Parts: sequence; C-alpha cells; structure tokens
Amino acid sequence: MASERRLRIKTLVMVLAMVVCANAGDLMLKRGMSQIGAVRLTPSGLAQAFQLTVASGTIWIAIFFLTGFMLSYMTVLSWADYSYVMPAGAFGYALLTLLAVVFLHESVSPRRWFGVVLICVGVLLVGQTKPRTTAVAGEAAT
Amino acid sequence: MRVVLALAVLILGSTGGEIAITHGMKATGEPARLRPLELVQFLGQAMRNGWFWAGVPLMALSFYSLLILLSWEPISLVIPASALSYVVGTLGAKYVLGEQVSAARWAGVVLVCAGVALVAAG
Repeated sequence: MASERRLRIKTLVMVLAMVVCANAGDLMLKRGMSQIGAVRLTPSGLAQAFQLTVASGTIWIAIFFLTGFMLSYMTVLSWADYSYVMPAGAFGYALLTLLAVVFLHESVSPRRWFGVVLICVGVLLVGQTKPRTTAVAGEAAT
Repeated sequence: MRVVLALAVLILGSTGGEIAITHGMKATGEPARLRPLELVQFLGQAMRNGWFWAGVPLMALSFYSLLILLSWEPISLVIPASALSYVVGTLGAKYVLGEQVSAARWAGVVLVCAGVALVAAG
C-alpha cells in the first residue's frame, strides 16, 4: 500500500526532526545556562537570571530549537498515534549518549549502555507497529 | 509522601497535556502538504483549538513540579522515575484516545521505559 508506506516515511522524518531539535535545544540550553552560572533561588537572583537569559544568544538558539521540537511534535501528532510517537522519540536519549561518546569523549557506564540497547530495541518494536490506529478529522481510518 | 505527590503531578500533568494536545491535533486534521506556508497556516489553525490551550497549562504545571522535585531530590532519581510517563502515556493513549496498543507496541514501551530509566540513572 503506497499510502501506508508514505505515512511511515512521513512519520519517520518528523520523529527525526523532533529528536534532532530536542537534542540540539537541550545542548544549547545546557551551554547557555552554564555560561550564566548557578541561579540563586531568591527574588533578586531570579530577576538577575531572567535578565541574563534574555540577553544570551545561546539561550535564544536553544528556544528556537525547542520551538521547532514542539511544532514538529504537534504536526506529527495530527496524523500519527501518541502511543507511537512518544516512545519513538525516546531514541533521542540513545542518540545523545552516542554523541556524548563520539564528540565529547565522555565515558559511559555499562548500565547506561544497557539502557541504550533497551531503548533501541524498544523503539524498533514500536516502529514496526502501524503508526496510526485512529481516524483523523476529514478522513476515514486506514 | 510529598515526593510521590509531586511525581504524580509531574507525570499526570505532562501526559494529560500531551493527550489534550494530541486530541486537538487529531481534530485539526493533518496538513495536506509539508510546505512552509501550509505548515504555518496549519499550526495557526491548531492553536485555535481549545484542546491545545487545555494542554499547555497542564504541561506548565508538570514543568513546575519537575523544578520543585529537582530542588528536593537528586536528578538521578527524578528523571528515571519520570520515565514511568511512557507507561502512563500509553495507558492514556489506549483508554482516553482510543488508540490500539498491540502487544508489540506494549513490549516496546516497557523496554523504552526501562532503558530511559537506566540511561538517566547514569
């Protein structure tokens, strides 16, 4: 079925966009907040942190990516199951671990590698199921 | 006790919010084509849906609950515990959204939940 195949590819592309945006956003947020330093949880400390975050270019790049994540998440949910997209998005955790090893040369514990393997097997299992099991407005269920 | 309560607010808030947004997006219908102009129109239409605005405060509530939890407990406990939201979210998808969750999808969700907990625990 051509439409079924198209649905799968379209969903896969959007999930990848979600994962890339979420990871890039989190990394930028982490970098931006590290530049700002530890925030004191007092009214004046929070006010100062707010001013610094608004003035930080890195934080704005993070917000850009995280907005991209939210918009691609919303778009894919307009045709695919929540119970398909949500676990598939966890692939981001596995990807983040690989990126940390390859680019940041972080050492990863055996427990964490085991978690990465479980996520990959889980995402593959979910990925084999039909991306959509409910009807979408203006269309009959497939 | 207060940790369990905050964790429940964190999980139910994010899951409830995402389910409300999914419901709103399904009501909006999928965009005919994935071109920039059509996507902007589509997202504008989605944001006029009431379910979207029901979901946003729930997700905000969940986020504040996360901040409060992180001020009480170490992150290596909070994030693995919040991985439970994969299971809660799948239950919500099945019973609230009426999605068909096959045995293969359940098995995948349980593996992902355990995997995320292990990765987050370090």
